[in-house]
Amino acid sequence: MPAPIRLRELIRTIRTARTQAEEREMIQKECAAIRSSFREEDNTYRCRNVAKLLYMHMLGYPAHFGQLECLKLIASQKFTDKRIGYLGAMLLLDERQDVHLLMTNCIKNDLNHSTQYVQGLALCTLGCMGSSEMCRDLAGEVEKLLKTSNSYLRKKAALCAVHVIRKVPELMEMFLPATKNLLSEKNHGECELVPQLVRILKNLIMSGYSPEHDVSGISDPFLQVRILRLLRILGKSDDDSSEAMNDILAQVATNTETSKNVGNAILYETVLTIMDIKSESGLRVLAINILGRFLLNNDKNIRYVALTSLLKTVQTDHNAVQRHRSTIVDCLKDLDVSIKRRAMELSFALVNGNNIRGMMKELLYFLDSCDPEFKADCASGVFLAAEKYAPSKRWHIDTIMRVLTTAGSYVRDDSVPNLIQLITNSVEMHAYTVQRLYKALLDDISQQPLVQVASWCIGEYGDLLVSGQCEEEEPIQVTEDEVLDVLEGLLVSNLSAAVTRGYSLTAIMKLSTRFSGVNRIKKVVSIYGSSIDVELQQRAVEYNALFKKYDHMRANPNPNVAVITIHASNSTEADMTDFVFQAAVPKVSRPNPAQIIKCLCFEVLIHGFGLRMRIKLTYTLKGSPVQDLAEVNNFPPQSWQ
Amino acid sequence: MPMRFLLLFSRQGKLRLQKWFTPLTDREKKKVIRDVMALVLARPPRSCNFLHWRDIKVVYKRYASLYFCTGLEDQDNELLTLEVLHRYVELLDKYFGNVCELDIIFNFEKAYYILDEFLMGGEVLETSKVAVSVSMENADTLQETMEEYMNRPAF
Repeated sequence: MPAPIRLRELIRTIRTARTQAEEREMIQKECAAIRSSFREEDNTYRCRNVAKLLYMHMLGYPAHFGQLECLKLIASQKFTDKRIGYLGAMLLLDERQDVHLLMTNCIKNDLNHSTQYVQGLALCTLGCMGSSEMCRDLAGEVEKLLKTSNSYLRKKAALCAVHVIRKVPELMEMFLPATKNLLSEKNHGECELVPQLVRILKNLIMSGYSPEHDVSGISDPFLQVRILRLLRILGKSDDDSSEAMNDILAQVATNTETSKNVGNAILYETVLTIMDIKSESGLRVLAINILGRFLLNNDKNIRYVALTSLLKTVQTDHNAVQRHRSTIVDCLKDLDVSIKRRAMELSFALVNGNNIRGMMKELLYFLDSCDPEFKADCASGVFLAAEKYAPSKRWHIDTIMRVLTTAGSYVRDDSVPNLIQLITNSVEMHAYTVQRLYKALLDDISQQPLVQVASWCIGEYGDLLVSGQCEEEEPIQVTEDEVLDVLEGLLVSNLSAAVTRGYSLTAIMKLSTRFSGVNRIKKVVSIYGSSIDVELQQRAVEYNALFKKYDHMRANPNPNVAVITIHASNSTEADMTDFVFQAAVPKVSRPNPAQIIKCLCFEVLIHGFGLRMRIKLTYTLKGSPVQDLAEVNNFPPQSWQ
Repeated sequence: MPMRFLLLFSRQGKLRLQKWFTPLTDREKKKVIRDVMALVLARPPRSCNFLHWRDIKVVYKRYASLYFCTGLEDQDNELLTLEVLHRYVELLDKYFGNVCELDIIFNFEKAYYILDEFLMGGEVLETSKVAVSVSMENADTLQETMEEYMNRPAF
């Protein structure tokens, strides 16, 4: 049998393949050759074959048949074999497979090998992928190596020990004495290991440890950061330690050179430490100012990191972060998407009663120009902020209008009922609101949430619209016919969603009690009695019924009739079917009996006792029927008196 | 605190090195590689070097035709991780002399050995560039020549 081809040769050959199929063919051929070579138990070429297998594995092809071969390589005396064998073990085996336990004995032997590089290989493999069983078995050997005079091995043993302790926390006790010795060393290597070990040793004597440790110059930033992290751990819930480190933290914060990323990395770690320990307020302000300076840095990585950190501290150090508000708002105009998003979140967190007007201007401008992926979140944020801090009702309504007109199609579904409620409660703004919404409709009927809110308002306050009662701005002249034109336009437009059509039909119906031209409305309603859309059809039919059977009530349009509209929405992920809403009011001993009507907009008679209503919801969700009963007593008196 | 993984891949999406510091099944590894690669390769040229994927922070940096990409836990220092990636590139550069992607393709095992002298379990093991070079040199010397290899018994 000819000698198997060399690794580099194989790599070269595979790279000449022009198609995926060609490559696959080459790989299959080589794998077959390798398999027969393995079967022959050939010691000479096993290493070469496994190396080739590892290359093919990296390309994505299966290589599990080489697992046992890796074990044989590890057991070999030759260093070349061991190197490839351990590499193969780390790539092909993982702790979930039983096969890897077979390594344990080999590793044990190699941990005691005469050559430090072999010991190193064993430590590395154990430290990267040792399972809990392996760690338990070999902990003793690792502990022995922690005490060796060879610093190369000590460092590897220490990080390996960290892995062991992570896997088997009970073994911590075993490593304590050795690590105590390490901590008194001044060698850089061991000090890097301290943070991980300390985290586990935190109940120990560490509170006596001096934070005045020798911090080397910027030439070893990894070490500096490790020490800072150690301090963070020590100071986290300890007042005394935190106080003891205040000075050195301030020192690092002010003296570190910031011209390169590495200096900023150290500063960043310092800031994280200050924020995590029980530091005094002056130090915290210093930290936040560092973050503020980061925001002005040209390097976008640093800006990103600053925004993320500020977001974490904005709750606890609100006032300090407020001072950097204008810089943060400027970041809304950054080109980078991740930075923009964080700036937006942070801006919303900073909005309060004092800065609402200014902030909202910036945020609305942002809403106008930002990418679609932001619009929904931004719109929700604006609504929330407006609700909490609106300086006046008019401002609130204007802001809502602005959002609906600029980002109307991105607004969340539940905003529509929320807005309707808000508008209802702002009684003095009804005329102004309906006028503005009407004008918006004249411009654009494509944004559904806007159209829905507008239809509802027109249905509810259409009388104010035609009577030109607006105080806030110049009242417009509009006739009943024009209003009905607009609403009917919505019904027929291709741009209107089914839900929107429902809104406009209901609005038209409601206007029948407010407008004088009832016949036109009757005609529209009866047309939709034969609509293909089942929802519209049902509504139209029921409205028709109202026209026919209850026309006598129309003579006194308002006094005895309260119109109650319910909005029901399904916020679960499954479909809801067979939805039925029933409402009943108590019968009283008066001539006109109470009505039980099955539809989504209905009229009930009230008798001056106050309105009590019992409601029953039934629907099917995910195949099972659900029933809900409730009583509603808290109708506002104005609605029935 | 430690890194979860380190990946090297080309602009065309070919994997050149994968180091995992947490136990994952082959299938999970493939998914991570696919997802992270797709995210990183889709980034516009002058974006920042950090992004979020699931619950980890991904830090990546492009050096010539290769992307160096690593996954971090939430409390980790991204700026320092950029330095870690840079240090690894420097180590490769020192070893191969003006390293390029081909060096890493044809000598992938060496790239792993260098990585294992620099990091262990996702943490920085050795911060001295000189120490890593010395270790690699010595270990390479230990590797048998072809003749030695053929003549020496395996067991």
